[in-house]
Amino acid sequence: MIKAVMMMNTQGKPRLAKFYDYMPVEKQQELIRGVFSVLCSRPENVSNFLEIDSLFGPDSRLVYKHYATLYFVLVFDGSENELAMLDLIQVLVETLDKCFSNVCELDIVFNYSKMHAVLDEIVFGGQVLETSSAEVMKAVKEISKLEAASNSISLVPKSVSGWRGR
Amino acid sequence: MEQLKTIGRELAMGSQGGFGQSKEFLDLVKSIGEARSKAEEDRIVLSEIDILKRKLLEPDVPKRKMKEYIIRLVYIEMLGHDASFGYIHAVKMTHDDNLLLKRTGYLAVTLFLNEDHDLIILIVNTIQKDLRSDNYLVVCAALNAICRLINEETIPAVLPQVVELLNHQKEAVRKKAIMALHRFHRKSPSSVSHLISNFRKRLCDNDPGVMGATLCPLFDLISEDVTSYKDLVSSFVSILKQVTERRLPKSYDYHQMPAPFIQIKLLKIMALLGSGDKNASEIMSMVLGDLFRKCDSSTNIGNAILYECIRCISCILPNPKLLEAAADAISKFLKSDSHNLKYMGIDGLGRLIKISPDIAEQHQLAVIDCLEDPDDTLKRKTFELLYKMTKSSNVEVIVDRMIDYMISINDNHYKTEIASRCVELAEQFAPSNQWFIQTMNKVFEHAGDLVNIKVAHNLMRLIAEGFGEDDDDADSKLRLSAVESYLQLISEPKLPSLFLQVISWVLGEYGTADGKYSASYISGKLCDVADAYSSDETVKGYAVSALMKIYAFEIASGRKVDVLPECQSLIEELLASHSTDLQQRAYELQALLALDARAVETIIPLDASCEDIEVDKELSFLNGYIQQAIESGAQPYISERERSGMFETTDYHPQDHHEVPSHTLRFEAYELPKPSVPPQASTELVPVPEPYYSESHQPISTSLVSERESSEIKLRLDGVKQKWGRPSYQPTTAASSTTQQAANGITSHSDGGVGSSSSKPRSSYEPKKPEIDPEKQRLAASLFGGSSSSRTDKKSSGGHKPTKGTVNKPATVPKENPTPVQPPPDLLDLGEPTATISAMDPFKELEGLMDSSSQDGGSNDVMGLYSDAAPVTTTTSVDSLLSELSDSSKGNSRTYQSQTSKGPNTKEALEKDALVRQMGVNPTSQNPTLFKDLLG
Repeated sequence: MIKAVMMMNTQGKPRLAKFYDYMPVEKQQELIRGVFSVLCSRPENVSNFLEIDSLFGPDSRLVYKHYATLYFVLVFDGSENELAMLDLIQVLVETLDKCFSNVCELDIVFNYSKMHAVLDEIVFGGQVLETSSAEVMKAVKEISKLEAASNSISLVPKSVSGWRGR
Repeated sequence: MEQLKTIGRELAMGSQGGFGQSKEFLDLVKSIGEARSKAEEDRIVLSEIDILKRKLLEPDVPKRKMKEYIIRLVYIEMLGHDASFGYIHAVKMTHDDNLLLKRTGYLAVTLFLNEDHDLIILIVNTIQKDLRSDNYLVVCAALNAICRLINEETIPAVLPQVVELLNHQKEAVRKKAIMALHRFHRKSPSSVSHLISNFRKRLCDNDPGVMGATLCPLFDLISEDVTSYKDLVSSFVSILKQVTERRLPKSYDYHQMPAPFIQIKLLKIMALLGSGDKNASEIMSMVLGDLFRKCDSSTNIGNAILYECIRCISCILPNPKLLEAAADAISKFLKSDSHNLKYMGIDGLGRLIKISPDIAEQHQLAVIDCLEDPDDTLKRKTFELLYKMTKSSNVEVIVDRMIDYMISINDNHYKTEIASRCVELAEQFAPSNQWFIQTMNKVFEHAGDLVNIKVAHNLMRLIAEGFGEDDDDADSKLRLSAVESYLQLISEPKLPSLFLQVISWVLGEYGTADGKYSASYISGKLCDVADAYSSDETVKGYAVSALMKIYAFEIASGRKVDVLPECQSLIEELLASHSTDLQQRAYELQALLALDARAVETIIPLDASCEDIEVDKELSFLNGYIQQAIESGAQPYISERERSGMFETTDYHPQDHHEVPSHTLRFEAYELPKPSVPPQASTELVPVPEPYYSESHQPISTSLVSERESSEIKLRLDGVKQKWGRPSYQPTTAASSTTQQAANGITSHSDGGVGSSSSKPRSSYEPKKPEIDPEKQRLAASLFGGSSSSRTDKKSSGGHKPTKGTVNKPATVPKENPTPVQPPPDLLDLGEPTATISAMDPFKELEGLMDSSSQDGGSNDVMGLYSDAAPVTTTTSVDSLLSELSDSSKGNSRTYQSQTSKGPNTKEALEKDALVRQMGVNPTSQNPTLFKDLLG
């Protein structure tokens, strides 16, 4: 099971953090800081894996990938495959790239809800739900289409769900 | 530079229309991005919080504005600030009909709330409505929220709809419904146990995405219960075959691999199903062989599949060809330049080594390279492999390496782990006593404060019991070498506390044992320790007790004792110590010095640390005293549990109620949760009682001292045992009615001869066999699991089995156990048992508390709440909800607990009422009674 997805920039500022088991805010911060301090002490050209029992409890692994100014981090337990998780980050980034055409740190900050929409299509309740970035894109596009539509008529206080079904 | 970039970006984005966010949000993000320090950032966020608080309170906030405020709240909370003042607005937003707002609301609540949050009750109804929506995106949003927000208690409220959605025409919905059901299963297996067949059904779904999603719950189910899914082996194999033959739609390809994530999940499941099953393994071997041939090892994902194949092979019963293929794959990994692949290679090697131990030989150099790699992850993985490969022939090299690494790192967590591994290996494979003691010294010296206290107790026990089968000579040599090395080390500055405790104990027990060192020399050293570490009471306590033993042995052997002046001043200082524990020890020491040889010999027999002391927990020898007191008009003792009137709900034996608080129950007086104490507080109390222990112990003993003079002796011994001995050595049952004195009498009589001591402990352990057993078994299992060739080695070094043959017999049985997948013992668990026992008790108490209060109508409240909360559901679902609730009422004491604590607290309820009204949520809206129940 995936325990957490985090994105943070190279200065340690969280850009997106999602924990699949509830954590109080303070604990989240502590974990984000902890992960960052481990990550920034890693030299280059080493493996992307970390065993991170000290922060997330026994049998916790972490996979991270460094893109430009961002760290993408997945924390998960022994029931997942490290290399596959590395590719899951790749899927996520590829999808984001398609979403925002050439994704950068600020896209992520300013499109907080869309980021979550993308992530929710890929990882659902701590399990990998969808790994084809085309499928994810399809779902996200549909959401934004509908959202845009419902947005334009948002002044009319009428249920949109009834007639806009499929 | 960074700032310039940010500004440039922002300008570019502004021209794109700013993604619908207002300038204020952009400003906020920008200013936080530019903050130079954490303090500045905090200042910005705090002022933002002020702004938001004000704005949220304004009447008639436009919905689009509100949405942005919510996003800003989420952002603030991500930065680590409390945004709870806005939670209610997020909850309100989920009620909105507009999809965008609804999704934003759901996103915010899933990030803000946990499943036990009070506000959840306001969302359940909305979720129910949304699950029935015609718009599948609304359904998806609701399913998404379910995963995070529904707890055991609310599962029944949404379960029927989720099950219905399993047959929804949109695959996206089916997929998420499966995942939601899986989540329910994780949270509370019993609530969905009748629905498990649905997972099997969905495995045959037309959509590969849905099928892939089904594999997640099936993996969990199969890992819980392999046997009932054996029939699916061929299905999984044929699915995997179809996947590898590219029968799935092209869209599932990833880097030219067909649906790799599904393949990996399937391989994981097959590893579970094929473990120890010859038939299943044979069915699988075909497709596994294919995979090895087809897998493209140039891509990351191809290697992921290869690794998963290796893992699968290491679990099932593979044929030689597969093993060879796996070994080839591993050597490819190890030869690669990528650290990731090396890591996987080392990991795979560690797995495969269990079934073919000689596979490591050809990779020796690669392994050594990894060990010297600057990459810490890789290094640690390699140490893990070495740990698995250790035999008595290589233990010295490996442990030395481990200790070197241990000294070099700062990460306390890993230091602890590696230290306990060193200890474990040393205990198992030590080639000589000398080496063993030296290794332990090194470990304690460099990681002493991190090592589990049990390790120290183990070391003391080993020194006390000795290694040799029946070789007293070797034992005393071991002790002498320990004493010598400790005397050398003792003057080093800043030794860890735990190490000093061991040193003090060993010097006390064996410092003067073979006459090489004089009592005054040893006692001088001990006084130095007590002086040098005067702030550490535990060390001081150990030192004083060690002094006591040395003097006792001197007195018992008829020599005249001169107490060194520094000892005398130490004793005098401690007599006035603030610590009652130290004070008592000092008084005891003083009293002992005045006794004659015979009495002293009875109190502290020579080398009797391994003797059992039977504790009369019933304190039956006090019965006469109690009787006398009652006759003269005293009130009979009523235990605290009885006083609060809930003893009938606890698991304790009735006899326990008459028990004076003794060792096993010592936490209770402090831990018993009062009905008014909120549940969190009671769990916080758990660790607290430890420091109180010595004090709580005190009154009992002093009362006894006044009761009968001779009983002072017993009690003190009792105290000594408590402190020095291994906790597990204490009898756990209070069955014995013999008093301590009797037990002591026996041991001291039979122990009259000095030389015969080492054979004694063994016989006295016999009744405790079941207690030592699991530990030994684990040891044996890990040994077998580590490397089969080491099994013979181990036997040849049999002299180092921690305890002697008689006790060890049952432990050898698991060695013949053919399952190769025994995991290495979880080293971090070493200290758990005692801790869990103490932690268990309060919960038991709580359970009792809750049960009893739920009998007073607490459960009715909850059900009332639910029937009201779900006015729109069909009657059948309400009925099932009620029955489910009452069924589960026994199990979820935790939820009742929150219910009851909520009930009487009117102030909080009123506050909440005010808050909700302030927010403009009027009880007249969608579900009026719901509010009444929540707040009233």
